Amino acid sequence: MSKKSEVIEKEEVVIRFSGDSGDGMQLTGTLFSDTAALFGNDLSTFPDYPAEIRAPQGTVGGVSGFQVHLGHSKINTPGDFSDVLVAMNPAAIKANAKWIKPGGTIIYDKDNFTDKNIEKAGYEKDPILEEKLENYNVIAAPVSSMVKEALKDFGLDPKSVLRTKNMFALGMVYWLFDRKLKYTEDYFVKKFRNKPGMAEANKAALRAGYYYAETIEALNPTYKILPAQIAKGTYRNINGNSATAWGFIAAAEKAGLELFIGSYPITPATGILEELAARKDLGVKSFQAEDEIAGICTSLGASFAGDLAVTSTSGPGLALKSEAIGLAVMAELPIVIVNVQRGGPSTGLPTKTEQADLMQALYGRNGECPVIVIASSTPSDCFHFAFEAARIALEHMTPVLLLSDSYLANGTEPWKIPEMKDLPKINPPYADKTEIPFLPYKRDNEKLTRSWAIPGTVGMEHRIGGLEKTVKGTVSYTPENHEQMVRLRAEKVDRVVNEIPDLEVYGAKSGDLLVVGWGGSYGYLITAVGELQDEGHEVSLVNFNYINPLPGNVKDIFRSFKKIVVCELNMGQFANYLRIKHQEFSYEQINKVQGLPFTVNDIKEKCIKILEDK
Amino acid sequence: MVYNYTPKDFKSDQEVRWCPGCGNHAVLSSVQKALVELGIPKEKFAFISGIGCSSRFPYYMDTYGFHSIHGRASVIATGVKTANPELSVWLITGDGDALAIGGNHFIHAIRRNIDINIILFNNEIYGLTKGQYSPTSTKGLVTKTSPFGTVEEPFSVGELVVGAKGKFFARTIDTNVSLSTQIYIEAAKHKGTSVIEVLQNCVIFNDGIHDVIAEKEVRDDRTLILKHGQPMIFGKNNDKGLILEGCRKLKVVKLGENGITEKNILVHDALEPSPGIQYMLANMRYPECPVALGVIRSVDGPTYDNAVKEQIEGIQKTAKIKCMDDLLKSGSTWTVG
Repeated sequence: MSKKSEVIEKEEVVIRFSGDSGDGMQLTGTLFSDTAALFGNDLSTFPDYPAEIRAPQGTVGGVSGFQVHLGHSKINTPGDFSDVLVAMNPAAIKANAKWIKPGGTIIYDKDNFTDKNIEKAGYEKDPILEEKLENYNVIAAPVSSMVKEALKDFGLDPKSVLRTKNMFALGMVYWLFDRKLKYTEDYFVKKFRNKPGMAEANKAALRAGYYYAETIEALNPTYKILPAQIAKGTYRNINGNSATAWGFIAAAEKAGLELFIGSYPITPATGILEELAARKDLGVKSFQAEDEIAGICTSLGASFAGDLAVTSTSGPGLALKSEAIGLAVMAELPIVIVNVQRGGPSTGLPTKTEQADLMQALYGRNGECPVIVIASSTPSDCFHFAFEAARIALEHMTPVLLLSDSYLANGTEPWKIPEMKDLPKINPPYADKTEIPFLPYKRDNEKLTRSWAIPGTVGMEHRIGGLEKTVKGTVSYTPENHEQMVRLRAEKVDRVVNEIPDLEVYGAKSGDLLVVGWGGSYGYLITAVGELQDEGHEVSLVNFNYINPLPGNVKDIFRSFKKIVVCELNMGQFANYLRIKHQEFSYEQINKVQGLPFTVNDIKEKCIKILEDK
Repeated sequence: MVYNYTPKDFKSDQEVRWCPGCGNHAVLSSVQKALVELGIPKEKFAFISGIGCSSRFPYYMDTYGFHSIHGRASVIATGVKTANPELSVWLITGDGDALAIGGNHFIHAIRRNIDINIILFNNEIYGLTKGQYSPTSTKGLVTKTSPFGTVEEPFSVGELVVGAKGKFFARTIDTNVSLSTQIYIEAAKHKGTSVIEVLQNCVIFNDGIHDVIAEKEVRDDRTLILKHGQPMIFGKNNDKGLILEGCRKLKVVKLGENGITEKNILVHDALEPSPGIQYMLANMRYPECPVALGVIRSVDGPTYDNAVKEQIEGIQKTAKIKCMDDLLKSGSTWTVG
């Protein structure tokens, strides 16, 4: 064993890919973080490039960096200091030297450390010595000459050959952290579908880097990773809170409405309010309320007045909003309440993640008070589900409770940017002139929604409120009317099932074990189930995003598995909900309440035990 | 634009269910009379209420109305006005709704100076829950929850409004329909949060609580109806007035006595931004002083709803991001494939 063979066990690692603007560091970082995200690591990324489109080559100002912070536990920031710096030129050392952890690893392309480049970066002779980094784990790799050698038989021009340097470096980092190459290689195949030669060249560079690192035994591996495949398109990094906020803006645009958010700052949901407060350019009206109740009530007022109204909060705030949610149910006004879950009860673990507000979301109100409940499952799909929540709220005239969690809110991931033309138009059921005199609780026969007559509309004056009403809007305490209205409100929510997608099975449609998850545990569950499948187990996954109503095909899926295990970051709330909704099945549970996400191993070990129990 | 409305046009088809003799009936009628005078089309009115007897008010108005939850009407109304500043937003609330459960929202609405009109029915009791003391009940009041008398100090609505940086405060008595109507018109015209305290009688649980100043025989001597620019003269014979004693205290004097003439009497300045004298006026209590009625304070200031609108319009003028696609593509993006 070489001198560097000790296993460095860490819960988290920060890696910074840094080089010239043209060195492909963003792609390198993206490929690495995508791979890590799919593995189920929590990660946070920070792309950092020069403001200039073409900054002077080789200078510190032209350095482009991509930092990835990943680990087994919750990661909230991109990390201040990196454990590993990949420096493609001397300027990258200059830009990052003080941000490397003492004793950290520095991989640099020594072929690119020419006198000219060293001077451009502001050094005299040896950047490593001048920065006093000589006692770090410095790996001077001849990246440029190695790729030239590796690709000599590919018949590529010298420029194209050197473009694969970043993949050589990535290959080294993959070896360092014991990551598999497959997904990255698949990505090459996809990306260069029309240029198979380039795909092969990049593959060769990647492998050359991987084997080079192995040969020099740069470090012993500490992590395993599943490779990722990414689709073509324009990407950006996004965290769950921003994605949620953007989903609402997109929905407002598609509905032709102005967006109003009334909210009170609360960890970890504040980012949604902050993001929307910054979007005055898109006409967002943000109201920082005096408390949680004022947050939802201003929103409800705005909804009454014809805006797309949302409010954001976390568990304790949701508790405070309960009464107003009841009013929204009774008044049948569209509003989206986002609950970014954190560890509870009470103040609990404000910065930690948990999925323990499910029952509160479903039932935490007085009276028979059904609302739509939707849960996002990745930082970027928060956009989609925020849009969906708004769409359903507006088109069905109902409050929708959107569940996110601390893990999704703060986590970033690369996100393929959608185009607005591809999103559906949102059509609220506006009252039309044929409905004069307006009856506020007259319903559409199909969806059971009432029409929306917005103050300012001539001839539609009407009153709504928290007291039980007749169709006409007259206050009524008649026993029969109350029961009828309770049933109608419930049925209205139930019928939304017709407009939500079927539940999707990841894996075979039948088998020994169905892993059931919901919301933000998706990343861990899909990875664990994927690995179990690879190991030959007949295990599949379903991850619920639509909680109330549940998708229509649940029964059909559940009946095809011998066992069902519900995995969630609470004591079994979704399992109990399923026991109410689908009593014919029996449910095992995997639960964790540590303020932390699952780990893949956790899930796998427990699933294997369940599979072994006869 | 002139609309030929009559008060009847603002009456809904709902049967008014307040107790016979309740002061609310007169308030409803005064408001309906006032709306006629405003030149605002019917569909632009929104009446928002919380919970309590008075909060049933929107059901009796043929306007847009939202009967909400206890204490939260001022925030619902704030949302309505911010969403659509073109609406004339009226908030109907009571002493329990606005000052107990809704106290926080009440002061913050005033602080923001959102352009809504708050009619606060003050009967110094909880009526709908059948007779418990409220935050405005006189200390010592015996009620179902204070069988031995309350031991807490009441709020003074005017004091609270001034303390919350309020710009408009008026007071009226439910039975004085013409004064009330005039005040509602002025409140509606005022840009910003207007608070109107209505001394309202609960005929069942706190009957006659305001009689000491409101009864016909005594009201002229025990109340002072303030008019901006007019001397603070009151009394059946218009023979009493207020002077400032030592800068800190208002004092009732009799015209013609001790050489006092109209010239010595304070002239009401509702427009004065510094609230000193208005504050003293709002806090006058019988029997030391007459109770001040009319518009006590009416000061212009930027409104929240307008500030929000202007900020958005200002930013949009020079903004590079004009639509969601712009935002999606803004900042750091990279293309794969």
